[in-house]
Amino acid sequence: MIAAADLSPAYDLIVIGGGPAGLAAASLAARAGLSTVLFDENPGVGGQIYRGITSTPVKNGTVLGEDYWAGAALASEAKASGASIVNGATVWTLDPSLAVGISIAGKARLVQAGRVIIATGALERPFPIPGWTLPGVMTAGAAQTTLKAQGLVPSGRTVLAGCGPLLWLLAAQLLRAGVKIEAMLETSSRRNWLRALPHLPDFLLSPYWRKGLGLMREVKAAVPVIPVQKLAATGAGKLKEVVYVSGGSERRLLADLLLLHHGVVPNVNLAMAAGAAHRWNERQLCFVPELDDDFGSSVPGIAIAGDGAGIAGGTAAAERGRIAAIAAVRALKPEASVPAPQVVRQKLAREEMGRAFLDVIYRPSDSFRRPEGDTIVCRCEEVTAQQVRATADMGCEGPNQMKAFLRSGMGPCQGRLCGLTVTELIAEQRRVSPAEVGYYRLRPPVKPITLAELASLPIGEAERKAVER
Amino acid sequence: MRTADVVVIGGGIHGCSTALHLALRGLKPILVEKDYAGRHASGVNAGGVRQLARHVAEIPLSISSMAIWEHIEDLVGDDCGFDSHGTVLVAESEEELAGFRARVDELRLRGFTYEELIDRAELKRLVPAVSDHCPGGVVSRRDGAADPFRTTQAFRRRAIEKGAEVIEGVRVTSLSRAGTVWRVETSDGPIEAPKVVNAAGAWADRIAAQLGEPVPLEVIAPMLMVSSRVPPFIQPVVILRGRKLSFKQLANGTVVIGGGHLATPFRDENRTVLDWSKLTTSARTVWELFPVMREATIVRGWAGIEARMPDDIPVIGPSSTSEGIYHQFGFSAHGFQLGPGTGAMMAELIATGASNVPIDGLGIARFSRG
Repeated sequence: MIAAADLSPAYDLIVIGGGPAGLAAASLAARAGLSTVLFDENPGVGGQIYRGITSTPVKNGTVLGEDYWAGAALASEAKASGASIVNGATVWTLDPSLAVGISIAGKARLVQAGRVIIATGALERPFPIPGWTLPGVMTAGAAQTTLKAQGLVPSGRTVLAGCGPLLWLLAAQLLRAGVKIEAMLETSSRRNWLRALPHLPDFLLSPYWRKGLGLMREVKAAVPVIPVQKLAATGAGKLKEVVYVSGGSERRLLADLLLLHHGVVPNVNLAMAAGAAHRWNERQLCFVPELDDDFGSSVPGIAIAGDGAGIAGGTAAAERGRIAAIAAVRALKPEASVPAPQVVRQKLAREEMGRAFLDVIYRPSDSFRRPEGDTIVCRCEEVTAQQVRATADMGCEGPNQMKAFLRSGMGPCQGRLCGLTVTELIAEQRRVSPAEVGYYRLRPPVKPITLAELASLPIGEAERKAVER
Repeated sequence: MRTADVVVIGGGIHGCSTALHLALRGLKPILVEKDYAGRHASGVNAGGVRQLARHVAEIPLSISSMAIWEHIEDLVGDDCGFDSHGTVLVAESEEELAGFRARVDELRLRGFTYEELIDRAELKRLVPAVSDHCPGGVVSRRDGAADPFRTTQAFRRRAIEKGAEVIEGVRVTSLSRAGTVWRVETSDGPIEAPKVVNAAGAWADRIAAQLGEPVPLEVIAPMLMVSSRVPPFIQPVVILRGRKLSFKQLANGTVVIGGGHLATPFRDENRTVLDWSKLTTSARTVWELFPVMREATIVRGWAGIEARMPDDIPVIGPSSTSEGIYHQFGFSAHGFQLGPGTGAMMAELIATGASNVPIDGLGIARFSRG
């Protein structure tokens, strides 16, 4: 394992995140001869989609499926490429001078990059229903993480709720692992179908379509799939029942575990804190970075690849990582040989095909994104939807002012679990678009670090840097 | 054409306070703010409300401000999160303590008794968590802290209730004389008024330059960090003199760490870039002074853009070149506490031509006399 003290003071390329985009980018750049380091927070590479790819106890290949195991090639390719791959490494700051603050095993360092590729992927979209903070309510992604990394599956009465490809995939994976699923509560609106029709031809040409139908058939054969218009988790101290409205009537389901999911959104924290410009994407209902054709951000030298550039899935992420890496090689070592970018771009275009259809068909309904009443919006500071709405009505025009009034977004998650909800609630109250409302101004450290870690930054290095500036 | 009695440029604590006090005197102010009230230093400073360790020229304004702070809710209808647990200046050595004693003695000769020298035992009583190497310090017991953004917003809100107009998202582009009044050009059309207050903070030098009285204003961005919640262990605000540190635990348990290490500001982009090599120094200072904080997590660092003058005291009072213009800027990283009293003084000066609160030594002419 590489310690903070073993790191070089500078690298040609620093890749942040060891999912498909980061692995592909680091491999390509290292092979082209750039001194390359990949920092990843988890104990092993793979990101979320290929989490535990080198260590998962789930040895039965069919449980996680062939798409999961495709990640093994990326991981071994990166390992063989000569890139320095550092796991257990938390990047907590990146600034426009391309200084990267990193913490490994309680020790912090500042490392200088010639170029940076942010490959920090996606987060699950906040799903703020009544009772979502109860023990027994988790996200589907969290359940998938424990399955991949630890081989753990739910044992009690398990209900899935929400929408999106990952929910179907998780349902299928759990079923293959022998889990009984009581019900799958489908929250996307039937009306989405009409809006999605124009995107259908592309979708039919994409690989998603065959895989998607297969998964849905597999799940529907074993689990009742119920369309719902309202959803709540109830119980005293822990989840007892899932309450939902389907076709106008309220029903209740006894449950020990409720797994929520309605899509993923770019994990913008590091990119925004580094100063990269973002804009609202109305189709994906989230903020995405403004990028050039090589995935370069508005900050010179910083590229954003993978789902952090806008949601497109794992295979597209790898191609995006390669394109960003080719640009880094061309900038730093123009004489090095790299794959022809147009070939990679064609592959990427194929991978991205069909995404529009999925975005529209699984667009989460307004009512599941914009809660009301005393439903918690900011979990860290326990701020409710009603408080946010009332404060917006009082004249609070944006999320940054909201931080000051209610402390929403000020806790340890740094807005990851409430940012989009707060933006959308303010937009709804003000009757303007989320683009106009904007997002939290994000500040480093983008991951909390202890005072002791911060104090451990080598003083010689700190002084040297102070002089250089 | 919009007209007013006074145009106030800048929606920080100072601009909002002056607008409120003008309105309370029956005048009609229009406040013009390029972003939103409290967007910069006034909204994101450490919130210290401190008389301790001030330059003598500021002391009258600081004392008049403190009298307002102690009844802030009566003025603005919000308690502004103000609490009063004192500020303690901690000495880290006997030599440092001797220097503090000289300062306290000097203040006493001038008749100011709010700074009080304390020994090791009293320091330990006030700040039990402080490291044992500290031999004493100075306390100002009526000092405290408030929520900066909430305070600025409360002044803004009450100013509007009392008849001020607050225009946000509008930038002042130029000033010119139009007969007996000033014509203030903005990105949303002109405003005419006989009087103008320049409370534009880090941007105030641009206004002064247009009036033919350029000032050597430095744009600075003092950095702050905040921790996640930790069990309550300290009530007063703690500051150091030898090393840069200000330290305050809020009622919610989070700890705000500052002290004047500077980020790189980009004032035309409303942006700052933090310097972690300096924040490391802050972290190390806290690590040594408050061992209890070592495993606390830092969740956010930030910096607010503001103005610093070469002599570290503000520019307050009438323009030296232009009848009807008043300056109120350059608070050099310690202007938050002065907001309430300076606004009251400024409104009195504008409305009556004089104020009983002395502002000697703070005039803009000090930079033009060579």
